[in-house]
Formats: sequence, C-alpha cells, structure tokens
Amino acid sequence: MKSAVLVFPGINRERDMARALHLISGREPAMVWHADTALPAGTDLVVIPGGFSYGDYLRCGAIAARAPIMDAVRGFAQSGGLVLAVCNGFQIACEAGLLPGVLMRNSQLRFICRDVYLRVERSDTPFTRGYNAGQVIRVPVAHGEGNYIADGQTIARLEGEGRVLFRYSSPDGMIDPNWNHNGAMNAIAGIINERGNVLGMMPHPENHVEPSMGCTDGRGLFAGLVDHFKLAA
Amino acid sequence: MKARVTVTLKSGILDPQGKAIEGALKSLGVSGVASVRQGKVFDIEIEGTDRAGAEAALKAAAEKLLANTVIENYRVEVNG
Repeated sequence: MKSAVLVFPGINRERDMARALHLISGREPAMVWHADTALPAGTDLVVIPGGFSYGDYLRCGAIAARAPIMDAVRGFAQSGGLVLAVCNGFQIACEAGLLPGVLMRNSQLRFICRDVYLRVERSDTPFTRGYNAGQVIRVPVAHGEGNYIADGQTIARLEGEGRVLFRYSSPDGMIDPNWNHNGAMNAIAGIINERGNVLGMMPHPENHVEPSMGCTDGRGLFAGLVDHFKLAA
Repeated sequence: MKARVTVTLKSGILDPQGKAIEGALKSLGVSGVASVRQGKVFDIEIEGTDRAGAEAALKAAAEKLLANTVIENYRVEVNG
C-alpha cells in the first residue's frame, strides 16, 4: 500500500499517521506539501491528517481545503482512489466538498481530549474490513469542533445508504447522548462519501496502534486497508 | 472603496457560542436580551472604483471562502 500524507501549515498529527502507516503497511508514506499540485505516481491511499491547519482561522479546515494539492486530491477521489481524513482532515474534507456536512463547535463548548468508544457500523468497506459490524473500539479524540451536522435530507441519505461507519457509543455499543461527547447528529463519528472511497472521522485510529499506546484498537482500520490493496493486487 | 461582507449562521443551525454569550449577557444583568447569534464581519478595501465589479468579486469571495453556504448566509455591501 503506497500512502501519501498531506502536510499543511499547522498540521501536527502527520508524524503519528506516518508512523502508524509505516508500522502496519511496512512502507514509508510520502509526505506531500500543500503547495504541491500532484500526488506521487502510484499512490493507493491519500491521508489528510489531524492538527490545526492555518490555526483554525476563518473556519476549521477552510483554508487548507483551498490549497493547491486539494485539486489533485479531488481528482484522485473522483477516479476512485481511497482517501482517509482524520480530525482536522475530516473538517478539511467537508470544506473541500469531498464529504457532506459540517463539523461545528462541540455542544459543550469544550475541547475534548480523551478516549472514546466507537461502534463500527459496517465491515464491508475497505476502511472497516478489519473489524466486525457492531464491534466497539476505543480510540482517542482531540477536538473542539467535532459536532457533525448536516441538513435533514443529507442525514437521511447518509443513514439510508449506510454511509455512517462509526458512531460514538457506550463501551457495550449502546447509542446514548451521555456517550455522544460532542453532540454530533445521530452520534456520527465517521462517514463515507456516496462512492464509498472517502472516509472522514473525528477520532484518531493512528494513536491506538501499538501496545505501548495502551490500546491497539486502531490497527484494524490500517490492517484492513492493507488487506484491501493486497486482494486488489 | 470600502466594502463589508457579513457572514451569519442560517436560521435553524444551532449556535452554541451564541447561546453561551446570551447566557453571559443575562448573568451580567443586561435586560431584554431574547437571544444571541454570533457571526463574522470582514472589512475589505477594494482597489479602483468599479462598484458592480467589486460586488461580483466579493460575492465570489464569499461563495468560495468567506462563508460555508451549508450553514451560513452572507451579505455584501460596497460603500463608495
């Protein structure tokens, strides 16, 4: 699996992402600067990592979404390439029109930095094939604007088409407002686009991939992607 | 020319920041505050004197960057 990790000014999770990708795919990802206009030839997976691109000025992800490299990412996604967008990356993907909806200020108005539980809704996608449907995983979040909203029609489409891949849940997989830390509609933590090749999620699977991190529940996402490309080859 | 683009949240979009400000105003004893919605104001200097051109350019700016039209409305004013 050849990955490319985008780097914007103010991004700070790109090294964690690169480390996880290298650890699990056995291959060092390319780091791609925002001012570049093309992705490395043969890229399988583009990752938009987390952080605070442009200091969250204007709106989270708004300025990064208009960077030169994003035209190449849009073209890559349109031709079916897989895109993983995490945290600020999810915000950037929404601002860039790769995914519907918006990440608003957390309903409690606080920055949330802690482990959360996610219920995996489907296992039949390249991003979730390393998990079982209904499985609960523990992954960290670190965001102030992760409260997913979209208009009623968009939410109905996301739900109707099975495009919600991760929801905030209790440790035993119950959807409950007490476990929906940021107030996201329908407890949405991660969604895919219509074609199913772009995943945006607020939590950080790349931060739970090694025993020294205290948990390895994030590995399944990356291991699943590696399997997906092995089978395709 | 001086221009102003005002960006406000669409009605129906929850505004937790506006709610917090509303609560603070009430606790300060500011009377008569029914509700608060927070928005953004951009003051922009425009070169030249072409009003219509400036309005069109600022509309494009708002659509492309200044506003997220999924959740926000915008208003453009150009003052001579």
